[in-house]
Order: sequence, then C-alpha cells, then structure tokens
Amino acid sequence: MSGGVSDNYRWLTFTVFSIVIAITMYVTYLASKRVRSASDFYTAGGVVSGLQNGWAIAGDYLSAASFLGIAGLISLYGYDGFMYSVGFLMAYITVLLLIAEPCRNIGRYTLTDILAYRNNPKKTRIAGAFSVITVSTIYLTAQMVGGGVLVKTLIGIDYETSVIGVGTLMLVYVLFGGMVATTWVQIIKAVLLVVASFIIVALVWAPYGFSLPGFLSDVVSDPKIQARVAVLLGDPAKSMTGAELGQRFLEPGLYLKAPIDQISLGMALVFGTAGLPHIMMRFFTVASAQAARRSVLWAMGIIGGFYVLTLILGFGAAKHVGPANIVAIDAGGNMAAPLLAQYIGGGANSPMGNFLLAFVSAVAFATIVAVVAGLVLAAASAMAHDLYVGVIHEGRPVSPIAQIKAARVATVIVGTLSIAIGIVAKGQNVAVLVGLAFAVAASANFPCILLTLYWKRCNTSGVVSGMLVGTVVAIGLTLVSPNLTYPKAVKAAAHKILVTQVVKRAATTDANQLAVLDRAIAKAHEDLKKWENVETSFMGLEAPLWQLRNPGIISIPLGFLAVILGSFLSRDRRAEQMWNEIYVRQNTGIGRSKIANQ
Amino acid sequence: MSPNEDVDWDAIVSDPRFVVLHRRKSRFLFGLMAFSVLYYFLLPIGAAYYQPFFKIRVWGVVNIGLLFALSEFVAAWAIAWTYSRRAGQEFDPLAAAIAGEYARKL
Repeated sequence: MSGGVSDNYRWLTFTVFSIVIAITMYVTYLASKRVRSASDFYTAGGVVSGLQNGWAIAGDYLSAASFLGIAGLISLYGYDGFMYSVGFLMAYITVLLLIAEPCRNIGRYTLTDILAYRNNPKKTRIAGAFSVITVSTIYLTAQMVGGGVLVKTLIGIDYETSVIGVGTLMLVYVLFGGMVATTWVQIIKAVLLVVASFIIVALVWAPYGFSLPGFLSDVVSDPKIQARVAVLLGDPAKSMTGAELGQRFLEPGLYLKAPIDQISLGMALVFGTAGLPHIMMRFFTVASAQAARRSVLWAMGIIGGFYVLTLILGFGAAKHVGPANIVAIDAGGNMAAPLLAQYIGGGANSPMGNFLLAFVSAVAFATIVAVVAGLVLAAASAMAHDLYVGVIHEGRPVSPIAQIKAARVATVIVGTLSIAIGIVAKGQNVAVLVGLAFAVAASANFPCILLTLYWKRCNTSGVVSGMLVGTVVAIGLTLVSPNLTYPKAVKAAAHKILVTQVVKRAATTDANQLAVLDRAIAKAHEDLKKWENVETSFMGLEAPLWQLRNPGIISIPLGFLAVILGSFLSRDRRAEQMWNEIYVRQNTGIGRSKIANQ
Repeated sequence: MSPNEDVDWDAIVSDPRFVVLHRRKSRFLFGLMAFSVLYYFLLPIGAAYYQPFFKIRVWGVVNIGLLFALSEFVAAWAIAWTYSRRAGQEFDPLAAAIAGEYARKL
C-alpha cells in the first residue's frame, strides 16, 4: 500500500524528492572541497557559528521518530502524545546547564576525549568507544528501520531498496563531505521541516482565527475522534456522552497506563540526550563555550517551537483525516502528518494536496538521511579516533592523511553495517529501539561524563565500570521486558479475539463495524499462523521477567552507583592530579585552542 | 594529549576569583537544574496521580493539564534564558579575567 499517493501523481513525488536530493548533493560537492584534515572531517574545522549549529542540532535531533511519531501519537491518543514533546525539549536544559560548555572546553572530536583527558586514556577509550558504538548502533537501527518503512509507504518502493537508498545517500554525504556536509544537510532539513510544519499549521488553524479553544472545541465535537476514544476506553465508554468522549481526548491516560513507566521514560529522555554521542559531537564544531551556549539556545527555540506545532498537527490530523484512517495506513500513526498535508492541500485527488504530501514526504526522507549521517559520523569517530588513533597507536602522532583515511574507512564500515542491520532488523519496533538508545546513553555515558566533569574523586575504574554496568543493565532489562514479543501471550489474545469478535460479528449489521471486526479477525488468524511453532520470546522466556517497558528508573541509578563504587574502590593518581586542570579548563576555556590544534 | 605543564592549574584553583566563580556558578547551576527536573516531573506525576485536577476546564475546552504541558515549554525557555543571561553578564567576564591573566604566562 502506498501512502495515499495515487499513480497519477507518482511523478510529482519523484520530482520533489529529486530536487531535495539534488540540493543536498550540491552542498556535499561544495563541502568536499573544504574537507582536508581530520578536524574538518569530524568537526567542520570548528568554525560553525552558534546559529548554524543550533539549526544543525535541531536537524540532528528531530528524527523521523519525533517528527512523524509524535504527530502520530497525538492524532491517535490525544494528550498523552503531547507529553512526549515536553520531555524531548526539557532534555536540552541538562545539555545546556551541565554538558555543552565543559565539553566544548575540553573535548576535541568525541565524547570519549573528555573522559580520556582525565582518566587512563587507553582504558577509557576502549570503554567509551564500546558504549558510543552501542548507543549509535541501536539508534541507527531504529532510524534505518523507521526510514525503510516510511520510504516504502510514501513512494511505494520495497523495504530493502528503501534501506539501501537511505544508506547509500548518507554514505555519499559523510564520505565526501564529512561534518561540513552533514552540518549543512542537517540545517537544510531542519529549515524545510519547520517551514513545512508552519505552512500546514497555518492552514489548519487559520479558519479558527488562531484561537486554541476554538480549534480544540471543534476537535472534541468531531464524531471520528469520539468514536476513537470509545474504542480506546472499551466498556466504561458506554455510559459516556459524545461530548464527554471528545473531551477525554484532551485528558491524560489514553496511551500511558503505567505511571512508573512514564517516569522511567522521562528520566531516560531528560538525562539520555546529554549522553547521545551524535548530539555531543555537535558541540565540537563551534569555536567557543559561548558559541556552544548560543547553539543550545537556538536549538531549544527551534525544537520547542516545532513541538508546540505538533499539538496542532496531531489534533488537526485526528480531526481532518480521522484516527481510523491514519491507523489503516500505518498502525503506529506515523503517516498522520503527511496525510494531513494531503488533506489540507485539497485531498487525495488534487494536485496541491499531492504536492504537499510529496513535499512533507521528501522532508521526512531528508530527515532520516540527515540523522543517520550524524549517527554514522559519531560511530565512525569512535572507531577511527578513539580506537585506531587513541588505542592502537596509543595516542602517538598519526599523520593527518592517515587520520582522515582512517575516518573514511571507519565510515564505510559503519555505513555498510547499518544498511545490513537495517535489512536484518526489518519489523522491529522503532519506538522501543529509540527508547533503548536513550536509556543506554542515560545509564552509561551520562553518569561517566557528569562525574568526570564535576566530581573530584572520580577515576578510571569508576568510568570503566559505569560504562559497562550502565550499558549491560539497560540492554539486559529491555531484553526481559514486555517490549519483546511473547508468542504464548499473543496466541492467547488471538484466541480470545476470535471467540468474542465472531459473536459480535453475528450480532451487527453496521457496515463500518463489520469492516473493523473483519480486520481484527484477520489479524488474529495471521498472528496464530505466524507464531504457530514458537512458544517463547527471542530470549527464551514465556513471559516478561518484569513489567516496565523502559529500564531508566533502575539502570540510571545503577550506572551512577557503578561510577561511584568503582572510583572509591581504587586509587588513580592521574585522575586526581588532573582534577584541578580539568576543572579550571572547563570553567575558563584556558588552553582550548591548544587542544583543538593538537 | 599530555598534561599542560606550563599553566599552574593549582594556583588558579586557589585564586580567590576562581573560588568565587566556582561557588556562584555551582550554586546557581544546582538550583536551576533541581528546579527544572522538579518542574518537568510534575507533568508525568500530575498526569498519573492527579487526573481530576488536570481535567478541570479553564479556557473553553482547554483544561489545566493542557495548559500545564504548554507551561513546560515556557519554563524551559525561561530557564535557558535565565542561565544564558547570568552566564553572559557574570560568569563569562570572571572566567575571561582569570584566563587572560594566567594564559598570558604561557
């Protein structure tokens, strides 16, 4: 099924896609002439301005999961979807207050530079690179899977071709243009994304004179939304009036049912962003701590502004397209924003509607490629700069030509692997993978960086144990959580649906309801067949060992505990001696140019 | 990266101006960070445990929960603005004065 693009307008989609790709290719061509050293490749030579970096951070952060995913969640679950937006923005307060400026003053190319500056370089580089590559790979898999599905839905080519297309395009940007091209692709994408959202929001909201209560009262009185809430609530909905059902869409609790899970996810978001390698890497591209601060301020303005718009995008899609139609095309709701664009332009058979759909789709495509480029660069820098130069050569001088060659070789390895993983991981849940990446970043990277920067007693053993414990616990808890598929439970649910829905089907004559019931019955048969000979999850369990979907609430404190215990249980003269230096450096920026020129 | 031997880091750490910078900055950052974490977690906690309060309608169909979620955006921007103002007016000049003096000795 293509995402509502009829064959008559397929040429339009391809044209818009081609224009966007051509622009980014031209930028990459210009950038390739400027990439001469490892510093150019990893950090665009450190000459990106605060404003440019702010847009690039927004471009790096507003992944397809947040752009399409949140608009989709709001369109399907109302208020709870909007709560996600808040966490994604609040995360930048941690980055701004605690991380951005010290990183700029101490680091050079990678997150691990900061840890290795104070602690035993060899050990911390191995531990740091392990965690950076783990986080980037999980996030990369999420983007590849999400991107593959999206491109498949939007332009109707098959999943494998989509993944290879996204991967190849990204490889061209990174390989030839390094961080210079990646930065500009991210800036272009962020500008396009914000412009597209503004246009759609303006068109949706203008009829109400930009009044929030006016718009929302129309949303809650919409029968499509009232019907959706009735489905979500089940039996309790029978005693509610239409108005009450509509109003319920603006109230919490339709999606997030376990409060502790919600808090756990919030912790992973708010502390994990400050440990995401591809986000931290962006702070090495600016010239000073002040520029790093300015870039976070710009990024917060852009990201926050965008997430406020998702409120109108999500509710607008629910009202105009309808939750049932959105789910029919993509169960996760990811097509809500593109479908709204099509409706606003005049509908499925209008040229303008299809142009807007194609435009939003091209922006979504650019989004995936730009985010993937940043991730590959982060993983490649951990391989080439931390492992090859830092560990194998033990920090001995490596010629600039050999360094940039190592960076490009690592890029090809990571890029090719990401395409392979993207194809193998077909069908994995994108939201779960994104949540896991944030959880590992919050449980391993964040405690290590924070305590290296702010705790006098922190040392090598602490950092190495923090990286290991944080990563292993976060991944381990996810593997035994309800996120995995437990065939026994799936089959039990399918049996139950077959029993109840068949009875209901016999009792109804309403055509719409029949269609819904038929879909549920078909799905149940499909599930039974799919899991016919399987009884346990991927981990060999019949049921989850614990009930939380996000491990943050356990794994983040354990990560901190591991750094603290590891530090107390050993003495490390170097880490102690370096404390004064690292503390003065992060606060004053003394010697920063010296680090950058090394 | 070898330790930078030509700057006397220990001297800077005991410089009274650095002590002042450190104390003011730590106190300010800790306070602001604690406030923002608290304010953020009020949203999931309120949405989970204080639903009747969140459901009260105050502006047409707009309820307290929705306004509170929107207020988080305003709070995030206000915190960022407060920090950058204070850092630009107070911390940057202090740090620059210290850096200027000690870095000259390089």
